[in-house]
Amino acid sequence: AISDGAVAEIEKKIIEAFEVFDHECNKTVDVREIGSIVRSLGCFPTEAELHELLAKVEEEEPTGHIHLEKFLPVMTKVLLDRSYRPIPEDVLLHAFEVLDEHKCGYITKEELVKYLTKEGEPFTQEEMEDMLSTALDPETNSVHYRDYISMMIVDET
Amino acid sequence: AHPGTSLCHQMLFFIRAAILIQNWYRFTMARLEMRRRYSLSIFQSIEYADEQDQLQVFSTLLFFFPFVPVSHIFTSPSVSQVVDEGLYLTEFEKKIDVPDSYYGPRLSFPLTVEDANALLHAFRNEQLLHARYVLQLLYETRRVLKEMPNITHLSTSYSKEITVCGDLHGNLDDLLLIFYKNGLPSEQNRYVFNGDFVDRGKNSMEILIILFAFLLIYPNDLHLNRGNHEDYIMNLRYGFTKEVSKKYKDHGQQILCLLRDVFSWLPLATIIDSKVLILHGGISDTTDLDFLNALERNKLTCLLSSLCSGNSFFFFFFLKLKSLMQPPKSVRDRQDQLKERIPTTRPSKHTAGKTQHISLSGSAEPSGSNLPPDPALKEWKQILDILWSDPRSQNGCTPNKCRGGGCYFGPDVTAKLFERYNLKMLIRSHEFKPEGYEISHNGKVITIFSASNYYEEGSNRGAYIKLNPELIPRFVQYQVSKVGTIESSALKCLREKIYAHRSELTSAFAQYDLNGTGRISVNDWAAAMESVLQLELPWRMLRSQLAQTTPDGEVDFMSCFYDLKIGQPIKEVQPALVETLCRYRKDLEIIFNVIDKDRSGLISLEEFGQTWKLFASHLGIDVYDESLDKLVLSIDYNKDGHIDFNEFLEAFHVAELVGCLGSSPSCH
Repeated sequence: AISDGAVAEIEKKIIEAFEVFDHECNKTVDVREIGSIVRSLGCFPTEAELHELLAKVEEEEPTGHIHLEKFLPVMTKVLLDRSYRPIPEDVLLHAFEVLDEHKCGYITKEELVKYLTKEGEPFTQEEMEDMLSTALDPETNSVHYRDYISMMIVDET
Repeated sequence: AHPGTSLCHQMLFFIRAAILIQNWYRFTMARLEMRRRYSLSIFQSIEYADEQDQLQVFSTLLFFFPFVPVSHIFTSPSVSQVVDEGLYLTEFEKKIDVPDSYYGPRLSFPLTVEDANALLHAFRNEQLLHARYVLQLLYETRRVLKEMPNITHLSTSYSKEITVCGDLHGNLDDLLLIFYKNGLPSEQNRYVFNGDFVDRGKNSMEILIILFAFLLIYPNDLHLNRGNHEDYIMNLRYGFTKEVSKKYKDHGQQILCLLRDVFSWLPLATIIDSKVLILHGGISDTTDLDFLNALERNKLTCLLSSLCSGNSFFFFFFLKLKSLMQPPKSVRDRQDQLKERIPTTRPSKHTAGKTQHISLSGSAEPSGSNLPPDPALKEWKQILDILWSDPRSQNGCTPNKCRGGGCYFGPDVTAKLFERYNLKMLIRSHEFKPEGYEISHNGKVITIFSASNYYEEGSNRGAYIKLNPELIPRFVQYQVSKVGTIESSALKCLREKIYAHRSELTSAFAQYDLNGTGRISVNDWAAAMESVLQLELPWRMLRSQLAQTTPDGEVDFMSCFYDLKIGQPIKEVQPALVETLCRYRKDLEIIFNVIDKDRSGLISLEEFGQTWKLFASHLGIDVYDESLDKLVLSIDYNKDGHIDFNEFLEAFHVAELVGCLGSSPSCH
């Protein structure tokens, strides 16, 4: 069983993260920031899962803003249930390897763009360009995914 | 894909792999965004806390009404105009010699486009304009500004678009970039610069020179509004005064004196087609444009100008002001505070604990109603409001607790003003915006901020507005960069604050550590940090960067102070003294600058001792005479009875251990 103290602790974490995006200090954030907030709390929801979550926290008539009082209980449950589990590094590496058909340790720009903008939950053009700006090795025009992953992995505490 | 699986199965692998990668990527980007946001939060919190200290000085002055006549407060210092206006140019030529060895621009009045280009070229190559030309330029600028009304009226009828730029804060690169992207000012290319040209950045002087030069060449096409930083006292604290003193050792004093007057002659606002109001800060529920247009704007150079004569009367004032505004929070006060549990939800940003702050706008009453009906006071408040206020989404007009002056104004206040004066849009600056601009109050209020990378490399974009004859705004942004440096720079700023409050923090931590283990829970650590520093930051998120934890998740609170030391080891000095000097470094700097009338950078040991004693006793610090004397003597390197106070203050600038962080510039 989870103690009250632990729940209170989780709630404080959520409020803190929420307030970073609450520019006007009126306990609301722009709906487009919810993804950043949920993720910065350590969760890995897919876009589909995010939409589900949004449906639970939005007003009956969506105003473009989400209120803390609706967000807090939903997010607390997410953290207590440990929903949207993190993707371990080895699983991520394997995912890249799947796309690397010839197992040469890199994926060409064309291939990567094809997969990530057409399959799964497609990237927008901006997302694709952003990723390539750090991931792409301009000399070979491909992504050496092992190096890329190592560079991007953020230390969790 | 494994051989032998069906095509459908293979596709599934690909799709799942794609989803995983996309999911992970979005996660990583979100975390980067969070780190960027809280870094900016750190900068802003510290900046506003600083600014509030500053403006408190202004508004408390009013409590001394019985002792100081208001007119004495508001008149500008007498800048003697012995010379006939038309003769001053030749006067300067006679009095100030420009040597043959000077290869910078040589201006000839009246200025032409060639002069402006020469200036731009020179400044790109980091040359300085000779003091004689600076003085001539400033005199001419003042002459031209004097002719202008408080509120300039423009019309779009005979030009394509008008460009409106916001805060530049000494960032010459941004001004040059704007001119590069948008063209130089001319009859066909009109500009409005909305204040805060100076302070913080390192080329405030050059920005002023360029803007004033274009103002002289195209007085109907380049317009300047005064910002809250076009103010003598702000400049003392935020770097412009220092910049001028360093660049112009012989004539800096003269230049600064003249600048005070020039600033006071800057127009207060611009209105385009009678529909778009442009001013630096914002409005209040009492803003009266007719009144603003009619007052004598040059009288309000700066509130403290007539008092800044270095005598003890001034010090009494200055220090008294501090005591009225924010009684020094002694350690004992903090302990009392902690005994009551810190509430979990904070009322609003930047107001925690600052309940003793008294701002001009009053507390619950409508602004201005609790003040004596002194006309000079009304003038001052009207200008304060338009230079310092910020828009917020809540209705109403409340005192701007964050800044300490002006107010927060809601959409209803905007709507009322628009109705009264038949306006369509308000363009203002004054607030940092990550994207360089922001639209609020249902599209009626635009904030435009033109200083990119304001806090640090990569902190934000700058932007400017192109306003077409239909008065539809178009935004142009510039400058994007990476997250890494901002975060480390923000954290460096924060660690400096932590060091400066070491003894209070240690006491606060001890309150929670009942068994004296040196460890407390994350929750308690966060509460202690907030109660002492009052910056309303996401402490749990920052914790990993600020303190070490034990394997069972508790915080080793003294680890906050590891890796922090002051730049220069000073022996035999009480730690408390060092900490205090760190914290009040900026305030001391201002006081010293005021004592040092001849701007030599030196003050006598006696002056220093007196000043320090006054200051310390006011703050309630026990300073044993011997330790202070030892300290001061150790700073008087050449033993001539004077100390270079800049060197002295530099000694108390907190530095990281060498090799800890990169060489980011310090926080101002």
